[in-house]
Parts: sequence; structure tokens; C-alpha cells
Amino acid sequence: MAEASAHDITSIQVRVMNKLAVENIHKRYGETEVLKGVSLAARPGDVISILGSSGSGKSTFLRCINLLEQPNQGAIWLDDQEIKLRPGKHGMLRAENQKALQQLRTKVSMVFQSFNLWSHLNVLQNIIEAPVHVKKVPKPEAITKARANLAKVGLNTDVEKKYPAQLSGGQQQRVAIARALTMDPEVMLFDEPTSALDPELVGEVLKVIQALATEGRTMIIVTHEMNFARHVSNRVVFLSEGKIEEEGPPDEVLGRPKSERLVQFLSGNRWHKDT
Amino acid sequence: MIDLIKQYWQPYLWGSPPNHISGLAMTLWLTVASCVMGFAFALPLSVARAAGPSWLRWPIWVFTFVFRGTPLYIQLLIIYSAIYGLDFVRNTPGLGAFFKDALNCTILAFTVNTCAYTTELLTGAVKATPRGEVEAARSLGLAGASLYLRIILPSALRRALPAYSNEVILMLHATSLAATATVPDLLKVARDAYADYYLPFPAFGIAAILYACLSMTFIWLFRKAEQKWLRHLPTT
Amino acid sequence: MSGYLRQLLAGIVVTIELASLSLLIAFVLGLLGAAAKLSPNRWLAMAGSAYTTVIRAVPDLVLMLLMYYSVQNLVNALTDLLGQPQIDIDPFIAGVSVLGFIYGAYFTETIRGAVKAVPRGQLEAAAAFGLTRWQTFSRILFPQMMRFALPGISNNWQVILKATALVSIINLHEVIYAAQAAIKGSSWPGGLHVLFYLSVAGLLYLALTTVSNFVFGYLEKRYAAGFERMAR
Repeated sequence: MAEASAHDITSIQVRVMNKLAVENIHKRYGETEVLKGVSLAARPGDVISILGSSGSGKSTFLRCINLLEQPNQGAIWLDDQEIKLRPGKHGMLRAENQKALQQLRTKVSMVFQSFNLWSHLNVLQNIIEAPVHVKKVPKPEAITKARANLAKVGLNTDVEKKYPAQLSGGQQQRVAIARALTMDPEVMLFDEPTSALDPELVGEVLKVIQALATEGRTMIIVTHEMNFARHVSNRVVFLSEGKIEEEGPPDEVLGRPKSERLVQFLSGNRWHKDT
Repeated sequence: MIDLIKQYWQPYLWGSPPNHISGLAMTLWLTVASCVMGFAFALPLSVARAAGPSWLRWPIWVFTFVFRGTPLYIQLLIIYSAIYGLDFVRNTPGLGAFFKDALNCTILAFTVNTCAYTTELLTGAVKATPRGEVEAARSLGLAGASLYLRIILPSALRRALPAYSNEVILMLHATSLAATATVPDLLKVARDAYADYYLPFPAFGIAAILYACLSMTFIWLFRKAEQKWLRHLPTT
Repeated sequence: MSGYLRQLLAGIVVTIELASLSLLIAFVLGLLGAAAKLSPNRWLAMAGSAYTTVIRAVPDLVLMLLMYYSVQNLVNALTDLLGQPQIDIDPFIAGVSVLGFIYGAYFTETIRGAVKAVPRGQLEAAAAFGLTRWQTFSRILFPQMMRFALPGISNNWQVILKATALVSIINLHEVIYAAQAAIKGSSWPGGLHVLFYLSVAGLLYLALTTVSNFVFGYLEKRYAAGFERMAR
């Protein structure tokens, strides 16, 4: 790396400014290429919505960020530090060691479509499990934080001892958000957080996510909720067939779509929207 | 080892039929005879247990409870030694002759045991008949014997097939106990060969291989049966 | 007579010890076997498959005699070689080893099924939150797997309990052995002593299996706590 070209300097500048930068992610399943070079940069406080039809690769892309999926190609920067990747089995990239992977995952929290709360632990235990056993936070401190976050998502201490199966879908997802919050993450990833919820429960979860956004958290949200994307995010990314088709402020992307596919996608989703 | 095989290969496989069957043939005979008879008795017993009046259901439950809760070995010992040990049995002509013969006692013990397990198995299958199917049949006027014979039992038998195939394989294994009652089954031949040559690996190893072959054959047969008769069920 | 009955009761203790120890060994072997069968390594998976297929295709009595006599012969050859007096293998150790080894194959299947029943999402969340592989196994997978494995464990326990009766054949002093000794030493009118002592042995086993039923029923209910669906 003898001389840095102008491109390199700009890239470095770009990376330093960003909370999270993901470059040129490729992902193949067997013969099919699901992600064909997707890049994304998130500044601190950015709330980015990723839209796209099923099969566009949006969930896969999100899961590559915290290495739940192993990309075939690409790079990840978190807070100006590169997450070093090295090739593993079948040419897929993995973190250079277990410790680096753990570090990444303590700083990047994920909220899943199907909540994935641990069913044998009660609400409080779910929330403090990772802080205590991964970040080695002392238990009393973790419990205090957990309670604060539970209140933040609109749940009171009554639910602490309950088990996930005893809660409604909306409550479970809010617990999952509290669980992600208690890790004090740098970036929060949401993988279709309301897609598995009954319609009447979607609102309570969206409200929580919106409150987090106004707090200035860096969030990347894969979602189908158009109105939500429009009102809460400051950037919208439209993914189609493994590539970013359009990207920009929500009013622009959603209000004045340029590409054919985006127009089709929006019109197809129009009747889901409440006006 | 070669001498062992040369001397014992026939007894391992079939002995000297028709009067002195032994080995694999005897094991097969024990398995099939007890399973067939056990199943034949289990069928009416399970229907009675599932749908009969309580004075029928309770004794059948006690029967399955006792025979599934105690080791087959004890059941065999009781039928083989205890019952024949009773003077009363020994002195009654018909009973005495029957219980004197080791083979009779063994098949009786195996039959009763598999009958108990099969009854429980079939009862469960009958009780698991989807309620809608029974209601539909009743609403069409089917009742009593024809309801059972034409709707409930065919459905229950198919449902019970995987569990029953398991029971048959277990029964095949259980017949090795016949060796303790001096019946010349596969294990008995192995013990004789061992007593003769003191080579445990060939003696018991050959028996193990033959049992394994029988098990695989049964498994294969039942898989074919499942493919044929359970085709109508949705795949998970 | 009370001496004989006392021996029978002492036999129960041996039976329980034998069954419990075998259960423990079988469970550990089951964990290893399931890990092998579920492992991405082809050789391990094949070894695990061979273990479960072969062991479950042969009667336990045959395997027991095969292993017992083989090892005894080996030990005899060794003591002869070293010029030492013959050592007799303790039937309890033989019984535990054989039963543990055989039922490890059955437990492999039970545990494999239980592991597969745990929803993948549970483990994904564990990974996403940075739990190490061991933490994911011990804190998330194992507790949930046990819930699914309990019926299989209960079933295998009942089978092992009854299989201990076979160990009397290699002279372990458990219930049946005691009953047979009692029979040899008594003589009742009508030959009733045979029926009596064997029936007592049977009843003792029945008591064991019945108590086990209750215990496992309770355990299954307790492990299911927290999984009852909320009434809507």
C-alpha cells in the first residue's frame, strides 16, 4: 500500500464520518447470487429503511452486517475500525477470530422478525442474558438497565417474571427491543420487526421504534411499512434483485420514484397502506 | 473359529428340520408366532379398552399395566418355572403336558407380553381417530361393529403402523430370552458354540450378525408397508 | 423367610443403582452420539450412524453376553500371561458398561430428535447477541432440548430398568438372583414358593416402574412451565 490514491483518501474520509460502513457485499447460495455488490454507509443518528420485494436480498444483507450470514465478498467498518474478515469454508468470509466476532455483535444489536426470545427464560432473564454473560456487566447493574429499557418500550415491571409464551406478539417484540437496547449498541438492526405481528399490534411496536429514532440512535430497518419508512427514516434504500436500485431521502424515493421496478413495487404496496 | 463355523453353521441357521429346528429359523418362528397371536388378541382387547364398559376397561388396563411394568424375563420365569412348579399344574394331565414343554411356555410368555404392549398401542391409535371422521360416519348411519370394522379400525391400524413396527423389532430382540429357557433359538446355539470352543467373538458375533440381518429385513418390510399404507397422510 | 425377603429388598437397591448409573452413562454417550450425527464432519456423522444402527439391530442380551465373555476372556488371557490368579469381572461393572453402551445408542436418537426440535431462531438470537458456542449450548440449547427429550428419557429409563433383570444372568445379586436363591432354599407345599418369590420380584419391579412413571410425569409438567399459552 505504497501510495494512497485520491479515491483511497476519500474512502477513508467517508469511513471516518460513518458509524457503520458496509462495502460491496456479495452473497451466493450455491449457483444463485443473492447479493450482487451492495454497499451502505450510515452516519451517527441515521435511520435507514431498506425496502424491497421478497427475494430482493434485504434480510440477507442485514444479516451480513452482523455476520449471521457469511458474505462471499465485502468489507465492514464499525466506527472507523475495520472488522477484519478472512475466507473460511467454501470461500465465505468470516470474522478473523471469535473475539472479534463477539465484539462486533455486542456493538451491533438485532431485533428479529419472529422475536426469538429465549422461551425457557422469563422476560428479565432474556434481557440480561447477553449483557451479563457476554459483556460481563454485573448482574445488579444489568437488571437496573433492563428495567429502565422495559419502561422505555412501554412495559411495566409486571411482565418481568412472565415467560415469552405468556405475552402477546407485540409485547414479545417490545421485550426483544428492550433486549437489544440493554446491550448499549452502537447500531441497531431491525429485520422486518412487524411482519409477524397481528395488524392491531403493529402500531405499538412502531411507536417504540420511532421513539428510539428520535433519540438519535443509528438504526437500519428492513420493513414493509411504507408510511413508517416515510415518516421515521431519514434515508430509504430500495433493493431489487440483489442490487440497490434507488437510494435517498424518503420523500424523494417514495414520492418521486425513478426506476421502473420501484414504481411497480410502490403501486403493488399501495393498497396495504392506510391513507 | 473355522471349526466353530463348520460345526455350527447349520444349527445357527435352521438346525435339523422338521423335528429339531434351531437358530435363526427358531427365532423367526418365535417372533412371528407370538406377534401374530398377540396381535390377534390385542385387536378385540384394544377395542374393548377404548370403547367398552368400565367393567371391561379396567381389567384390561390392569393387564397391560402389569405386563408392561415388569420385565419379560420375570414373566418368562413365572410361566416356565413357577407355574410348572405348582403341584396342581403338574398333576393335571392337559396343563402338565402343556407347561412341561419349554417351547410352549416361551411362546405363551412372549405372546402375552406382546399382546399387552400391542393392546396399549392400538388403544392409543383408536382413541386418536380424528373426531370428525367418526362423526361423519355416525351421521351416515354407521354404528357398532360396522363402524369399527369399516372406519375406525382401518384408520387406527394405519396410524399404529410405525409404533407397531417398533414393537415387532423389540419382540424379535426379546426372543433371545428363549435361550434361558433351553429353547434352541439363535442365542442358545451361540451359547452352545461358546461352551464348546470358548471363542466368544465368533460364537456371539455370528448370532449378532444374524439378528442384525433379521432386524434390517423387518425394518425394510415395514418401511415398504408404511409407504403403501401411510401414503394418504400429509408429509411433515 | 424374612431373610430371603430382605435379600430381595437389597436386590432392589442394586437394581436402582445399576439402572441409574447406566442411565447416566447412556445419556452422556447419547450427547456425544447426537453431536457426532449432527456434526458437519462426514466421518463423525457416519460413525454416529453406525453406532446407532448396529447397536439397535442386536438384542441387548446377545450384546451383554458377547461383551462380558469377551472381556472376561481377555482378562483371563492377561492374568495367565502375567502369571496372576484369575480375576473375575464384577457383574455390576459389566452390567453398567454394557447397558450404558447399548442404551447410549437409543439416547443418541432421543437427543438428536430433541435438538432438532429446538427452533433455529433461539440459537440465531444467541449468536446475534454474542454468546459463545459453549454458552449457546449450555444456556440456550441444552435447557430447551431437555424439555423435548424428557418423554424419550422417561421411556428409555423404563426400558433400562427392566433390562437390569437380564444382568442376573451373569450373576449380579439383584432382585431376580435373590428370588432364585430363595426358591432354591425353600420348599413350600404345592410348590407355591416358586410362584411366591417370583411374584414378589415382579411386584418389586412393578413398584419401581410405577414410581418412575409418577416422577417423570411430575418432571414433564414442571419443565413445561412457562410454555402454557396465554388464554386469549
